Amino acid sequence: MLKIKDLSVEIEGNKILKGLNLEMNKGEVHAIMGPNGAGKSTLSAVIAGREEYEVTGGTIEFEGKDIMDMAPEERAHLGIFLSFQYPVEIPGVSVTNFIKTAINESRKATDLDPMPAKDLLKKMRDKQELLEMDKTFMSRSINEGFSGGEKKRNEIFQMAMLEPKLAILDETDSGLDIDALRIVANGVNKLKGKDNAIVVITHYQRLLDHIVPDFVHVLHEGKIVKSGTKALALELEEKGYDWIKQGA
Amino acid sequence: MTEEDKILQEVTTTDYKYGFVTDIDSDTIKKGLNEDVIRLISMKKNEPDWLLEWRLDAFRKFQKMTEPEWANVTYDKPDLQSISYYSAPKPKKTLESLDEVDPELLKTFEKLGISLEEQKRLTGVAVDIVVDSVSVATSFKEKLGELGIIFCSISEAIQKHPELVKKYIGSVVPKTDNFYAALNSAVFTDGSFCYIPKGTRCPMELSTYFRINQAGTGQFERTLLIADEGSYVSYLEGCTAPSRDENQLHAAVVELIALDDAEIKYSTVQNWYPGNKEGKGGVFNFVTKRGICHKSAKISWTQVETGSAVTWKYPSCILKGDNSIGEFFSVAVTNNYQQADTGTKMIHVGKNTKSTIISKGISAGKSNGNYRGLVKIMKGAENARNFSQCDSLLMGDQCGSHTFPYIEVKNKSARIEHEATTSKIGEDQLFYCNQRGIGTDEAIGLIVNGYCKDVLNQLPMEFAVEAQKLLSLSLEGSVG
Repeated sequence: MLKIKDLSVEIEGNKILKGLNLEMNKGEVHAIMGPNGAGKSTLSAVIAGREEYEVTGGTIEFEGKDIMDMAPEERAHLGIFLSFQYPVEIPGVSVTNFIKTAINESRKATDLDPMPAKDLLKKMRDKQELLEMDKTFMSRSINEGFSGGEKKRNEIFQMAMLEPKLAILDETDSGLDIDALRIVANGVNKLKGKDNAIVVITHYQRLLDHIVPDFVHVLHEGKIVKSGTKALALELEEKGYDWIKQGA
Repeated sequence: MTEEDKILQEVTTTDYKYGFVTDIDSDTIKKGLNEDVIRLISMKKNEPDWLLEWRLDAFRKFQKMTEPEWANVTYDKPDLQSISYYSAPKPKKTLESLDEVDPELLKTFEKLGISLEEQKRLTGVAVDIVVDSVSVATSFKEKLGELGIIFCSISEAIQKHPELVKKYIGSVVPKTDNFYAALNSAVFTDGSFCYIPKGTRCPMELSTYFRINQAGTGQFERTLLIADEGSYVSYLEGCTAPSRDENQLHAAVVELIALDDAEIKYSTVQNWYPGNKEGKGGVFNFVTKRGICHKSAKISWTQVETGSAVTWKYPSCILKGDNSIGEFFSVAVTNNYQQADTGTKMIHVGKNTKSTIISKGISAGKSNGNYRGLVKIMKGAENARNFSQCDSLLMGDQCGSHTFPYIEVKNKSARIEHEATTSKIGEDQLFYCNQRGIGTDEAIGLIVNGYCKDVLNQLPMEFAVEAQKLLSLSLEGSVG
């Protein structure tokens, strides 16, 4: 599904990713861990198509297609979703209006008519329930005045609505208390299927207790330096990142 | 220029979508401004002597006045002698229904996406169309007539209801109020008139679509709206103009009179030709709009201003009666080389008077947007309250936005609050939308409409949809 080869990325002259390789298939959950500044968020932004990053080498293929020259919205239309570490506020735009626009723009890109209001409402209600969200939530301005937990829940709500093929969760656990973490993880698990794939980017192993990865990769200094199973995450939790750094 | 700026420039540079000319048979008098022209206008319109005298008096005083220069806009002053002051589509006969309206004209409305038939059928809006100064179609008149509501062109009102016109014209905006109001008083050719009788709630939104059409003709609209005691009316005004190379002057006067316990909601969507991308051409929009509130009356101005090369406009409220309320909700968009100096004046005279001002400015391209507002609390205005909020949104780094709030308080019991913010559409917001599959044009439309929500919410439903479309159109590159 996703094939990243020798990816090198710079921002303002600083080399962040230095020949990164990653391959994943549908139905898989991959966790990417690593110390601060390793390039985790850069990787997610580059897959989503953020333009401030300069790709100096390598390729990204999604379902066999080279996506390097595609605009962020075109990548979204293919089914790539990024749950933001810091979701942005858009004053005056309700969650409902935002998600409706997002869904219908994606449908337009594939020559589909807008989703009938009735279907949209029903879907919203279902997903709201899944993430144990309050009804009033839908009419609030997106992310404006949301608590940290609400922002993250809103990201996963959007993921549930858009049903992406590839979801990248960038530090979705940060700012969540134990209960919210459980709800969010539960939501993600319900969305997991044999036809989609999930990348979980995190510092800590605690999220991985809830969303169990098939593979764990350690990112350090712009490269994946170690890959393994869930056991690797536990080992990291116990020993910290220093032994990886020394080995690298 | 950063990548973001390039994107912004691209999406904020849009050709005017309504730039077309309708070919209608017109009756135009020779260019120039003098007493003979005024006599000719008055004669052509078959006006009573008092009105001619009123016009001539305004003209004589106008000649001693100078064009104001305090607004934060720069433009070449229009040559008032090179304008033809009267242009009317030649009437073939009296029009009873839309079928009799010039098909070319109806086509124009269709191009604007405003099909009259559709409007009438779907929304029950009574529409009085003003094209180049003369009303050519009026509808729903009968239904309104049953309630005693008068809704017609001001020319007709002068003929049929001279006592009302004589009593109220110039009573809120005196004929020598300012340079352009004086000019309007001297040469106005048509406009709308509305009277709502005591205790009557007007059952439909009254709507007028203005459109400047004849090349080189200035348009001098005069609107007079009287809401008698305890009545209610919502009035809509929407405008577009075809593309022209020379500047067109528009100097309208709108007067609202809300008698005791009456309420007037006056909404405007203004989309006149703003000039091309290089700043050539476009309408000069120098408008005087003012309303007076008697005891416990309320006047609400809502405006969405996206057009014109230069705008100079301050819809105001004189809160004369105790417990009266004035409101001003405004969205003003400037793009390319447009300039706008707009805001409001709230003059608190009576006790316990309240005013609210919400102004949202959006500047893009190389444009310049200004908010200028006055809140004045007179000596006798015990317990007056005002709340003002003035927000500016900037797109790109080549536009300007300024806020000039004036506050004059002569009574210690007054409470005045003023809030102001300036923000930019962030790269982060755009990327967030993009990532959810929303392209940059649509994202800007979404963000801008969100930003203006408090004002758009004030518009009647069907008008709000139109206004939203207009906002997106004025700022986007591909939607249409």
